[in-house]
Amino acid sequence: MADTATLLGRTAVLEGLPGHPAIKAILDWNADALTDAKFDFGELTLTIAPEQIRAACFTLQAAGYNFFEDLTAVDWFPTAPRFQLSYHLTSFAMKDRIRLRVMLQDADPAVESITQVWAGANFYEREVFDLFGIRFEEHPNLRRIMMPEEWVGHPLRKDYPVEGYR
Amino acid sequence: MNDLAGMPVLEPAEGAKDQHMVINMGPQHPATHGVLRLVLEIDGEIIVRIYPEIGYLHTGIEKTCEAKFYHQVVPLTDRINYLDPLSNNLCYALAVEKLLDLEIPPKAQWMRVLLAELSRLNSHLIWLGTHAMDIGALTVFLYTFREREDILRLFEAVAGQRMMLSYIRIGGLSMEPPLDFLDRVQAFIRIFPEKIDEYANLLTGNPIFRNRLVGVGHLSAEDAVALGVTGPPLRASGVDFDLRRDMPYSSYEKFQFDVPTSTACDCWARYEVRLVEMRESVKIIQQALDGMPEGPVKADAPKIVLPDREKMKTQMEALIHHFKIVTEGFAVPAGEVYQGIEAGHGMTGYYIVSDGTAKPYRVHMRYPSFPTLQALEVMCKGRMLADVVAVIGSIDIVLGEIDR
Repeated sequence: MADTATLLGRTAVLEGLPGHPAIKAILDWNADALTDAKFDFGELTLTIAPEQIRAACFTLQAAGYNFFEDLTAVDWFPTAPRFQLSYHLTSFAMKDRIRLRVMLQDADPAVESITQVWAGANFYEREVFDLFGIRFEEHPNLRRIMMPEEWVGHPLRKDYPVEGYR
Repeated sequence: MNDLAGMPVLEPAEGAKDQHMVINMGPQHPATHGVLRLVLEIDGEIIVRIYPEIGYLHTGIEKTCEAKFYHQVVPLTDRINYLDPLSNNLCYALAVEKLLDLEIPPKAQWMRVLLAELSRLNSHLIWLGTHAMDIGALTVFLYTFREREDILRLFEAVAGQRMMLSYIRIGGLSMEPPLDFLDRVQAFIRIFPEKIDEYANLLTGNPIFRNRLVGVGHLSAEDAVALGVTGPPLRASGVDFDLRRDMPYSSYEKFQFDVPTSTACDCWARYEVRLVEMRESVKIIQQALDGMPEGPVKADAPKIVLPDREKMKTQMEALIHHFKIVTEGFAVPAGEVYQGIEAGHGMTGYYIVSDGTAKPYRVHMRYPSFPTLQALEVMCKGRMLADVVAVIGSIDIVLGEIDR
């Protein structure tokens, strides 16, 4: 795991890091859910099919990645697919961190909530909903968290201006 | 359930409309440490539900970062957690350095450890003073702020600023520390352990303080992990995890220190863990002073690190580099990185996405107070209204880092 070489693409990562616990757990569960992977800057990124993210989180939680550290989004406007969700999971026992990546289309972006896996994802999903306009299905309380309730638009989208009037 | 102003209003639970009451606490309330609004459903004096309403301090720092050069983001990071400024600087600098694959000279790394620990002491001193003040022990505040003043003077000596330092930059430090700086730090930590004893004398045996904290705000280890709680509250719930020791950065692996934990899971445990943490910080600072390496405090990367004033006025290349960095910034290789550090409040993380230009494509900050606030309801449910104040004090939130 301490390998610092860059591995790009699913095949390269599967060959380069055969014993990695996260990859092993995902492959044992559902190899088709892993659509892409990369290992660069010493960090492992696994791209998961959007409809599988909650099951993938359950799988990784059982595999020792017990702590949900962070969730945010990146807007790749105008390229498609437009939105990238980045989940950061940490294992206290293995002292390791991985990134799960989910790509979403521009039109009505929505993904399953992972609050059923980690209740702490609640505020993070609300934040992404508020600032990017990505819906999280089955979220217990999906409402704006930073901006006022009546706000129009999602400020962290790339087509939202940094300055001036909206 | 929105009222006319668009604010979420909690209705009392079905079947308890005659018995329960919904009240508002904050955003202008001294015990909420900033602008936190809590909507509380109470049954007499017993807490039934808590709904934290945040965002009053939201300034869109993440959006602002996207319009700045990489080096211009550093001053913005100070303003997020304004009580622990150097940890923010450090975390951001480490993340960008990871993208740039920059080698940081040993002296800069040691200085960063020393300053991060001073910054942690600063943060913990403010926590102790305000927490004790919330409980009613006003005196402690005066003592902790006396020592905090000493730390701020040290900060002023290195950076010229007391709170918004921006002293840790991409590639090292902004400049050499003053010649007498290490002696001044030594003088400070020589007297500081006695001061911790003094605070402990004022509080640990104080029956009122004890009664307000022991057994209050119980947070089990499972709940703490599930809710994303980190830092001293996590360790006070019996989970032994500290990024400084477990996923070390900036040479922390070369320092010997203990990570205090407690299995009591209550506000008292959080108080005790933080007191021991302050003593451990003193140990780390002492090791940093004893082993401070010689050498430069900036990486050898003229296209990224601003040159010294001396060189700028005598060497043509240095002047050109200075001009280029200030006007055009520097390109950072495309990619995404996440860098986590253990700040005073818990695990801080910077997630930076670069598209290969001189401005970050996306900067996201993970700050510990944001998820920790979710644990408030678990800790307060079924307890008295007055305990909310004790619990908020014990989890040590900073609204600047919650709202960003």
